Amino acid sequence: MDYFLTDTQAEIRNLARQIAHEKVKPVRAELDEKEEFPWEIMKVLAQADLFGLYIPEEYGGFGGGAFENCLAVEELSRVCIGVSVSFAASGLGAYPILLFGNEEQKKKYLPQIASGQRLAAFGLTEAGAGSDAGGTRTTAVLDGNEYVINGTKQWITNGGEAEIYTVIAMTNPAKGSRGASAFIVEKGTPGFSFGKKEKKMGIRSSATRELVFENCRVPRENLLSKDGMGFLVAMKTLDKSRPGIGAQAVGLAQGAIDECVEYARERRQFEQPIISFQAIQHMLADMCTQTEAARALVYAVAKFIDSDPKDVSKASAMAKLFASDVAMKVTVDAVQIMGGYGYMREYPVEKMMRDAKILQIYEGTNQIQRNVIGAALIKEAAGKKK
Amino acid sequence: MNIAVCVKQVPDASEVKIDKATGTMVREGVPAVLNPFDAYAVEEAVRLKEKHGGKVSAVTMGPPQAGEVLKHVVAMGADDVMLISDRAFAGADTWATSYTLGLGLKKLGPLDLVICGKQAIDGDTAQVGPGVAENLGLPFVAYVRRIVDVSGGKMRVERLIEDGYEVVEVSLPAVITVVKEINAPRMPSLKGKMKAKSLEIKPLSAQDIGAEAEKIGLAGSPTKVMKVFSPPPKGNREKIDGAPEEQAARLAEKLKALKII
Repeated sequence: MDYFLTDTQAEIRNLARQIAHEKVKPVRAELDEKEEFPWEIMKVLAQADLFGLYIPEEYGGFGGGAFENCLAVEELSRVCIGVSVSFAASGLGAYPILLFGNEEQKKKYLPQIASGQRLAAFGLTEAGAGSDAGGTRTTAVLDGNEYVINGTKQWITNGGEAEIYTVIAMTNPAKGSRGASAFIVEKGTPGFSFGKKEKKMGIRSSATRELVFENCRVPRENLLSKDGMGFLVAMKTLDKSRPGIGAQAVGLAQGAIDECVEYARERRQFEQPIISFQAIQHMLADMCTQTEAARALVYAVAKFIDSDPKDVSKASAMAKLFASDVAMKVTVDAVQIMGGYGYMREYPVEKMMRDAKILQIYEGTNQIQRNVIGAALIKEAAGKKK
Repeated sequence: MNIAVCVKQVPDASEVKIDKATGTMVREGVPAVLNPFDAYAVEEAVRLKEKHGGKVSAVTMGPPQAGEVLKHVVAMGADDVMLISDRAFAGADTWATSYTLGLGLKKLGPLDLVICGKQAIDGDTAQVGPGVAENLGLPFVAYVRRIVDVSGGKMRVERLIEDGYEVVEVSLPAVITVVKEINAPRMPSLKGKMKAKSLEIKPLSAQDIGAEAEKIGLAGSPTKVMKVFSPPPKGNREKIDGAPEEQAARLAEKLKALKII
């Protein structure tokens, strides 16, 4: 369908598509098999200026928004979301600086992230704190002009590979979620190390590690926003980034459909291509309709976010929730249509199905997305004058 | 470094068909692209600029639509472009083309290095690179597979030969042609693409570059094409089908029967 992209947006999509096709597709199976971080591709994306799509020009970016970023993420995801998450997670690490950083922090870090010279990552989740961010145990204690950070962050995408981390830690544990703060921590800071690389079901080329802080001292000027604002930083960051997960889901679903249609036209049973059977056509029709609906929602929400409204939590959660559920269903059906071939590692859809599952889990499980939407409905209803 | 790259627009090789009646290439409806070997030249020039500073200019001779390849080259990181386009250039062979490109390059001012792809995939002559060097009166190294270093007005390069490579030191300015082993051409960048989009290319005419009428186009081309033909297929061929093991066994039988093994 035509979404009436501007010339610039079409260029972004075409460039990302070209990179996906020429640089990612030929190596995706190998990256998955070897669980190897896609550094070569990250360098290509950096050289192509794609890391700075959503960063203002004054900080070395391209000056676009969430929508432009979604277009690039979708195209990369069409061939491999292990690669696209490594790209997109740098944005997740950058948003806290972009949204809440002061001028010095923005000038120092954003150009490095926009150029792709250094990757970023975001550290919120812990062993005892996932959906319930209030359970955060990592602490940061002010000592003179430095904060001393202690604790362990878990399952951090780009952990170990990224060089700039935005991390949430409790500066006043007694105050609960109002006692959290956000910090910028650079790789190489004494007392900051990484745990083992996790073995995952899908997105195996992406790096997932623990961030370990043992009396890690960071300068006071690395505090983002104000003391006690950590959870607001985290929530606003996720509001901005969630449509990106939606874009991953749309790309992944589309990639699965692309494979399936091609296969169903070639695979012959009962002396005809299987796509001539209504059973297959109806499955493909549903997959295609659901994916297009997800794309329309993700694009609409990304554009809404770029209009800079006051609250985007509900819309952002809907884009992530709907698209990721669609991606899971579509990839399961894609394996079904391809039958035995679909189940084999030699064909790409089994990886797509394994990869899809994470979309319903990370950046807030889909149950949490429903909570966000539900809470917004209650708030909206309560605010209405009778 | 002030570097110039000579580029050519060619038909996309993956789409080319040959007209059986005339034996010539069918150009109608075939997409035109940057000559693949020229992409290596552009990449090397942009890398040298990134390392040593300076400027990369790209020059092409061709019809007005050849400006498209110049846009591609800008998207890859070239700074300036020159399109030499005039009906008077039509029918130019490698001799007249080298003369014409030489005049264009002279107009760019003092250059440290001119890089060309080893050959164009449509004509496959590999003559224009050396021809340009001759017209500029500059030293020339063909088939460069690596630039080892550039310093003190000299450049050390490795040039590919049939059974290995030679290390050559050449004084600058110079002209080189490069082979595909030299690098992996980059993807265009988004900023480059946006710059290319807004680029206005003003073609230079024969008069603009000060070309002498009898040295350009068909008049300036000593090459006369007598006949173009595809070599006839060789007879007596047999294709062995089947699983690899079967194929190997049957091939061995046949070779034995022919007393070759």
